[in-house]
Amino acid sequence: MLSCKDVTKLLSESMDASLPIGKRIGVRLHLLICTFCLRYKRQLLLIRETARRLAASEEPYGSLTGEPLSEGAKERIRKSLVNP
Amino acid sequence: MTKPANTDPAEWVDRYGDYLFRYAMLRLRDRSTAEDLVQETFLAALKDYGSFSGKSSESTWLVGILKHKIIDQFRRQAREAPVADSDLREHLDPSSFDGSGHWTSGPTDWGGNPADLYREKKFLDQLTKCLSELSPNHANAFSLREIEGADTGEICKVLNVTETNLWVILHRARMLLRRCLEANWFEKRAKKGS
Repeated sequence: MLSCKDVTKLLSESMDASLPIGKRIGVRLHLLICTFCLRYKRQLLLIRETARRLAASEEPYGSLTGEPLSEGAKERIRKSLVNP
Repeated sequence: MTKPANTDPAEWVDRYGDYLFRYAMLRLRDRSTAEDLVQETFLAALKDYGSFSGKSSESTWLVGILKHKIIDQFRRQAREAPVADSDLREHLDPSSFDGSGHWTSGPTDWGGNPADLYREKKFLDQLTKCLSELSPNHANAFSLREIEGADTGEICKVLNVTETNLWVILHRARMLLRRCLEANWFEKRAKKGS
């Protein structure tokens, strides 16, 4: 019988590789009866989606997140391009 | 469709500087490293300017160069500070589970519609902040896997770890990120709401 601790580890692993059939069934059965682990799984998937969203939010002209390059750094880089 | 005119390299910094910087910051989380890599990218592009075919857009071309530099940076960091026992320790967080492996205090209900969260800039910022609080090896592994979308075989090579160790690292990283978001986003909002 898998414990919650085992299941959290296997849930993460299943996001990177496919689990052997026995473990896969064990996890599935556990999730039928364990609200916490089911919640944990959904939250990990939410974090994955959010990370992907972050990566996709970058666009050449404007972005959802993050500060721009500072003026000082821009100046420095401009100079290095003129005088490489 | 006409082929877009190439930009004068003198305008690159104003045109693409912020974009490339944010791209590097999201993955590396360190301002001066990100600035350096943006600079190196422009310099490499300048050297290679003649070979730019214009088949892809200029920004795609530049990001392609930056990507390679970011992977090299991860590789360098892994060489300088290899994965240590402390990155692999199972019990960084002994309080989550009791002796028999049951939750002591399980994940709370985050409520609402998760799809709405992606549109909240503050939530995205909070995830970035939580990521920057992880140890470098945890954060780099997560970044390569979930932001860059690399497969595990590739990440093992870059970070110089076995697959089994990478699974442990990713497991720890996800667990710590989840808890950080719960404490700094969901619990605070629940308090505000009540």
